[in-house]
Amino acid sequence: MTDLLPLIVAKYNYWLYVILMMIGLYAMIAKNNLIKKLVGMNIFQTAIILFYVSIGYKTDATIPIIQNAHGGGSHGAVIHAADYINPLPHVLMLTAIVVSVATFGVAMALAVRIYQRYQTLEEDELRMRLIDIGPEE
Amino acid sequence: MKFLGVVIVCLTGALLLYGTGEFPDWGDPNSPASLHLSNDYIEKAFEETQVPNLVTAVLADYRGFDTMFETSVIFCAGLACFLLLRDFSQKKERFYRHIPTGVILHVKNSKKILKVGKEFEHMDKDWVPSDLIIKTVCRIIIPFIQLYALYVVAHGDFSPGGGFQGGVIFGSSLILLAISYDLKTLVNRIKEKVFGIYAAIGVLIYVGIGAICMPMGGNFLDYSKLAPLVPGDPHHIRALGMLGIEIGVGIAVTAVMAIIYINIVSEGRHDEGL
Repeated sequence: MTDLLPLIVAKYNYWLYVILMMIGLYAMIAKNNLIKKLVGMNIFQTAIILFYVSIGYKTDATIPIIQNAHGGGSHGAVIHAADYINPLPHVLMLTAIVVSVATFGVAMALAVRIYQRYQTLEEDELRMRLIDIGPEE
Repeated sequence: MKFLGVVIVCLTGALLLYGTGEFPDWGDPNSPASLHLSNDYIEKAFEETQVPNLVTAVLADYRGFDTMFETSVIFCAGLACFLLLRDFSQKKERFYRHIPTGVILHVKNSKKILKVGKEFEHMDKDWVPSDLIIKTVCRIIIPFIQLYALYVVAHGDFSPGGGFQGGVIFGSSLILLAISYDLKTLVNRIKEKVFGIYAAIGVLIYVGIGAICMPMGGNFLDYSKLAPLVPGDPHHIRALGMLGIEIGVGIAVTAVMAIIYINIVSEGRHDEGL
């Protein structure tokens, strides 16, 4: 246990994302309601986003916007990579967030259609109604 | 099923946590992610593009193709929502309210349509009078949200922001209008067609700016070749090109957010929502 604690403290970002991911995965697997599954999917995506952003972080570095860029007399000054955090994970996650919102919208639209047709969003009831209707549809 | 789910989740979590032992520590400047490409971006990007915000520089210039297709993914999401849900059939029963007296008319004949204007207004089945405080506060706050969204788009090159963020803020101001008044207020103010056309125009602006670069002698999305077309300092041409595509992204995202919201809350009928 004494060995484990410093390991957790040094890498607590990974522990947080793994816990969030487990919550999302559990909701996707075990929940019966389709909307709850969607919420689980969103939590899962949030965990991945946190993971990416956390690997871009550097100690004692600032956000990836060049300081005094225009008119600060810093033209020609050398920019050190250690002063700015990694911009690449931020770029990837910026688009991933908006695309996740868009895909969530499509998933919600599908859920609305399912509800309009079968009057339920519970998975077991849906399965029963599909059997009732038969294979021709 | 629940038990099986717990087992699978615990197994996955344990495997991932076992794997984190090999991962770099939190905030380690020498982690593999910050050693190769990212240093090149940080040290060279400002020199090459004259854009201080490195995130925008990488998003709109180095990874321009990626962002273009992300924008088309968003456009397709709006299209999918429309095609899945849009229902053009009129509802049979309608409710109207006579404004001077407050009398509510229940029209059961679907052919009879009352003129909505000064005398009558549309009413939802489970209509509650909108709260005066909420309406007033939202009326004051919405223009400022929209102004802020335009600021976020316009300053995407120099401060945190960009087309995606600004577009989402602008779209949320439209959604706030629909929530604080009612859905009809938004739908009557901005027609459905306009939203659809704007979503397409946004993607078109992005692709168009990329395509213009080709007859000017460059590759697709090579903004530096646009310099003869734009007056001003040719050093900043890449920043201007990025601003152009950010505006396109902002327009597309705004329109798609509104399309998704309107279609989902009214189940595609565009009459009554939340």
